[in-house]
Amino acid sequence: MTTSKLNLDPATVQLARELARRAGAPVTRLATTHTTVSIERAVLRLAGLDGADGQGMPWVNRLVDAVRDAVGLEHGVALPAWDALAAGGYPDLRTLAEQAALGQVKFRIPAGGEAASARELALRSAKAGIATIDDQRALRSRMIADLADPPAPWIYLIVATGDIYEDIPQAQAAAREGADVIAVIRSTGQSLLDYVPEGATREGYAGTYATRENFRLMRAALDETSRELGRYVRLTNYASGLCMPEIATLAGLERLDMMLNDCMYGIIFRDINPVRTFIDQRFSRQVHARAGIVINTGEDNYLTTADAVDAAHTVVVSQLLNEYFAREAGLATWQLGLGHAFEINPAVPDSFLLELAHAQLVRELFPGAPLKYMPPTKHMTGNVFAGYLLDAFFNLCGLMTGQSILLVGMMTEGIHTPFLSDRDLALENVAYVRSAAGRLGLSFTPDHFVVDRAHQVLDEAVSLLRRIEGEGLLNAIADGTFGVTKRPPDGGRGLDGVISRADGYFNPVSEALVPGGGPADERGNPVSDLLGGDPE
Amino acid sequence: MSVAAIIRPYGDTTGDGRVQLSFTLPVPAVSAADRALAEGAALQLAGKMGMSPAMVVHAKPVGPDFTFFIVYGRVSHLVDLSAVTVLKREFELLSPAEVNLRVRTALGRKLVVVGATVGTDAHTVGIDAILNVKGHAGEKGLEYYREIRVVNLGAQVAIPDLVARAASEQADAVLVSQVVTQKDAHLSNARELGEAFRAAPEFADHRPLLVVGGPRFDPAEAGALGVDKIFGRGTTPGEVASYLAHALAPAASAEEGA
Repeated sequence: MTTSKLNLDPATVQLARELARRAGAPVTRLATTHTTVSIERAVLRLAGLDGADGQGMPWVNRLVDAVRDAVGLEHGVALPAWDALAAGGYPDLRTLAEQAALGQVKFRIPAGGEAASARELALRSAKAGIATIDDQRALRSRMIADLADPPAPWIYLIVATGDIYEDIPQAQAAAREGADVIAVIRSTGQSLLDYVPEGATREGYAGTYATRENFRLMRAALDETSRELGRYVRLTNYASGLCMPEIATLAGLERLDMMLNDCMYGIIFRDINPVRTFIDQRFSRQVHARAGIVINTGEDNYLTTADAVDAAHTVVVSQLLNEYFAREAGLATWQLGLGHAFEINPAVPDSFLLELAHAQLVRELFPGAPLKYMPPTKHMTGNVFAGYLLDAFFNLCGLMTGQSILLVGMMTEGIHTPFLSDRDLALENVAYVRSAAGRLGLSFTPDHFVVDRAHQVLDEAVSLLRRIEGEGLLNAIADGTFGVTKRPPDGGRGLDGVISRADGYFNPVSEALVPGGGPADERGNPVSDLLGGDPE
Repeated sequence: MSVAAIIRPYGDTTGDGRVQLSFTLPVPAVSAADRALAEGAALQLAGKMGMSPAMVVHAKPVGPDFTFFIVYGRVSHLVDLSAVTVLKREFELLSPAEVNLRVRTALGRKLVVVGATVGTDAHTVGIDAILNVKGHAGEKGLEYYREIRVVNLGAQVAIPDLVARAASEQADAVLVSQVVTQKDAHLSNARELGEAFRAAPEFADHRPLLVVGGPRFDPAEAGALGVDKIFGRGTTPGEVASYLAHALAPAASAEEGA
């Protein structure tokens, strides 16, 4: 239904994609030649190792640490772990982890026939985990077929009490009030924890910990509400931070539907090591691809630190990089919830026209992608009445330009976590704009001001991509190209968890994921489709 | 014209005392009977809050168990302006050029500012608004000031790391922003900050100026928290820069009042 209003030059668009691919390829090579502690822990999680010791440290951490201390992780955790499992006659991974934590297990890198049997055992366990992810994906499809899939744009609402048992009734209430997607904000400290907390949690800072049990509880509650409402309500969390691969895995196992997963967010905004982030990200996106999870990228964040007019092209550059990395990892177009935001200072003349130009540009650059559009936050001043008006204009822009996922703006943004009434008023705002002007995009033709602005942003994006491709993506990040923050490749948190792969590196999950792939109809051919040619 | 010392809220006539209020009560308003009870409950609350007469102009069910109200009414309370206490700004506001000049004259070198959010707080919005060139509220951030060298450590910096970095950068001032306030984390972090700098051997002789900011701080609490200055909601980069100049690069006395 999206027809071109901007007449973008296909050659320029193709060039932008090609530059993004060239900028991203060296980073992808980094990801295919390294592993991380969190990727190895994700392997164990997928193979069924759950739970934590008396101090709350997960068994996956204990086992990976023990293996790393004994023989290193250059060959992956799987070979030494499953070799020890068989050699020691342990009944399961949990027992192995407990014994390893006590220093009772002797690990080695097996060779020959012993390596082959360790590989086979590991592969069998990994495939069982992947089968669970496949079952969850199939169950989602069935539920959507049995109930209904809400029409676009999906209305996205956040809950964030810190207590999963408070989040659940709030999420159910939000769904009844009209939310199509519920996001449970994480506790702010979680991205820097190098382990995933265990069990149902009731204490978090400005959000609720992402744990497997919290995922399960919330999904079960929303399944109940979906059946009550006759439409499938989606659940979102955050595959970011130091445990990105593990959280992606848990999301697949517990049928989360969308995950925030940006290629650079952790680097820029959380000061996580760039190398660690890119390696973790590729694995997590491979898992998301298999699980049928829609990723949401975080470009809106750039506009909260930089000016939304001056930095508009950095959003497009980041979207193109996110697209390249996502497609390379196997995600299909329908899984690319590329992000952007309505953050131009309302005091700027023609600010709404500029917003229309940016939003329409993104829509036309990424047809078929479920774009995620974020409401104003930076210019929400505390004048709730003006804020309510600004949110209405955001809703109008989103509807006019065919955005796919609309995060509902709160007039009390920046004052407090939303009151029940704030959320209700916000949904009333969306409902009014949708019913009054939902089809306005069909009869709207932009004038030269909007068209020229869109072309200008695309041209600036191409120039910046050229520069990034020239100097290298990691150097560009170190220079402060994104979000004004300088992040050198050897700085930030988590570099000590990056391990260079040895020749005999073995990862049963990657092995099981890549050859067979997922359901062929939805996967397509990632990079060559995108470029309309041979990806080299 | 002098302002009357005793005032009331102004709706459309002097002294009419008219105000508006909105709130939610955990009562249903789906049936007519429910609604009557809900509106009565809202009026009772408004009355107890001192609104008399009060009028419910809007009552809307929010789900099956809650009702949202907008109430207008008259309050009889008097505001005594002579009893209002205001924390006066103890420094004059300067332009970036004036700040630069003061730093050049008084220090003869760049003024070094190290900024961060500490503890689990991942919100860099506040510190970035003050430090980034882009600034906030139409004012450029401290990076824009030629005579200020900014080291922005970003989010979730551990306090010992902040102390170490402040020492290695020879910081004149340390700026810490705290947005997360759950369980009063902002207060305990501010206290911890003050204690860490006081205890650090690197700063035994002289410690940097400790400046804390965030939407939920009480600017009067600086002493109690062991820091030099607290900035609250809506602080602009220019105010922070002016304060730093005032505290660290005072004007020569002959120029005072010029």
